[in-house]
Amino acid sequence: MAEATRDNPASTITPAGPSLGSVYGSAAQSPLTVRPWLAAGSLAWRELVRFLRQRNRVFGALGQPIIFWLLFSAGFSGMQGLGYQHFFPGTLVMILLFTAIFATISIIEDRREGFLQSVLVAPLPRWSMVAGKIFGGASLAMLQGLLFLILGLLTVKGMSPGFFGVIGVVLLMAVVSLALCGLGFLLAWRMESTQGFHAIMMVLLMPMWLLSGAFFPAAAGWMGWVVALNPLTYGVSGIRQMLGLVDAKTAAAEPSLWLCWLVSLLFAGAMFALSSASARRATRGDLL
Amino acid sequence: MTSSPAIDVVRVSHHYGQRQALCDLDLAVREGEIFAVVGPNGGGKTTLFRLLSTLLPPQSGQVRILGHDVVTETFAVRALIGIVFQAPGLDRQLTVAENLRHQGHLYGMSGLRLKQRQDDLLTRLRLSDRRDERVATLSGGLRRRVELAKGMLHGPRLLLLDEPSTGLDPAARRDLWDYLTTLRREDGVTVVLTTHLLEEAELADRIALLDAGKLLALDTPDALRATVGGDAITIRAREPAALAVEVRARFGCAAEVVDDSVRLEQPDGHQWIARLVEAFPGRIDAVTFSRPTLEDVFIDRTGHRFAHETAEQRDAAGGKRRGKGYA
Repeated sequence: MAEATRDNPASTITPAGPSLGSVYGSAAQSPLTVRPWLAAGSLAWRELVRFLRQRNRVFGALGQPIIFWLLFSAGFSGMQGLGYQHFFPGTLVMILLFTAIFATISIIEDRREGFLQSVLVAPLPRWSMVAGKIFGGASLAMLQGLLFLILGLLTVKGMSPGFFGVIGVVLLMAVVSLALCGLGFLLAWRMESTQGFHAIMMVLLMPMWLLSGAFFPAAAGWMGWVVALNPLTYGVSGIRQMLGLVDAKTAAAEPSLWLCWLVSLLFAGAMFALSSASARRATRGDLL
Repeated sequence: MTSSPAIDVVRVSHHYGQRQALCDLDLAVREGEIFAVVGPNGGGKTTLFRLLSTLLPPQSGQVRILGHDVVTETFAVRALIGIVFQAPGLDRQLTVAENLRHQGHLYGMSGLRLKQRQDDLLTRLRLSDRRDERVATLSGGLRRRVELAKGMLHGPRLLLLDEPSTGLDPAARRDLWDYLTTLRREDGVTVVLTTHLLEEAELADRIALLDAGKLLALDTPDALRATVGGDAITIRAREPAALAVEVRARFGCAAEVVDDSVRLEQPDGHQWIARLVEAFPGRIDAVTFSRPTLEDVFIDRTGHRFAHETAEQRDAAGGKRRGKGYA
């Protein structure tokens, strides 16, 4: 029998005993193979199915981008100075942020309902569960983000991304969604209730969004430093640049596009790695 | 490989903060048996279950499952065991079939193999007509059956169940046991379950009696019962006090009046019935004979009743459920 250890999940275990001549045993007698990506895909699929089966969630998910689009475009139409064009990328990222974070905190619910226990005792590396949760959440975030993007492309004046620009924006949105889902997982993993999450929302996530260049045009002094150190800044800026919303005058204030990609990818990678590491350690919540 | 026991627990201790949950526990379960771990709440059952299901690594001692160490060979152990937790582990938004398919994916199963195994279990557990119903709409008994199918899906050699009959009515409980014995017979799976119900533990092949983290006894229900006094014989008579005196005088054995009946405990109780009825013709209205119960075994070993929970134990059990005190 092949040895399968904690470090080496690749195992060929014969689950049913060889002496059991049952007609039912045949399906079970071929060895089990650990397939982390199959499991991750299945977990992500579950997120989508659960979402589609809860009608109020679907309604909210489709309603939010439409309402934002209606209010913002109407509100900004009469304003002087910074127009909707400036706020569009930030609003897009805000939609990704909220959806991604709320999708991943469902891990708290999974834990409380008992569903998570079966995942924890399956012969799987923990990163597989993290990947499933993150990809599921990111898919939901993208669903809303894309709807908002399409509405914007159809109606907001001054956006000229071109075909490859749109592809680039969609890809960067996906990277940002994955990063934010990773952040959501990291925050939610050790939490025992969703109530505590509101505090995190207010002290961490709202400032993170406000100081990403999404809201304030340009910041100086210590705030400028915070903006520069905030990984979300680079997602917002990259999307803004690829949407063609930067002219010669404002271009100087934006980081270069390659840096935007690099930081966003690193952000996503780091969040995934930290989440996986965190999930590997036992938590008292495992025993709920 | 078949020589190694299904479960081998060697000198395992575990504590949550100050509270000792398991104390130097030794335990072995043979392959193919239905084994019940029984004890009052706070006795250490749940902790033992967590160790066996690899949710928690043992703090000291060793746990081996089908020859594999739960700490160093976690994945091998996980592939070999199927687990039914006390908390419902099904996704209520998904249908029965979707829950099973998802479970199969977690264990690396897919395609025809998964479908065949799933159909087979749904048929055997009489769930085929429910396959497309959402779990949220099912009764407690049906859900427990789906959990059973889920736990058995990857063909484990050991099935662990934590308080499987909690929340089930007596009929559903009987059903559950029918299915467990069927699975054991047809798949040869070893079944280990925890329960706080003594009458449920009686149905197992062997029982481990756990109290305050210590193993009180481990044997078959019959052998355990045989360790206490003997059979109980209860005689209903018009003048119980007088009869008790005469029984004592004639047979030289202890006979007491309990609730207006004469009660004596003797081995080979069935022989005593004939003896008593012949000795006191016309004076005995009814004689009942009962074998000692596991409750009697428990009282014999601990000196207190099984259902008697101290306030401390209740608190400990409550705290445990909320996940407090886990270091």
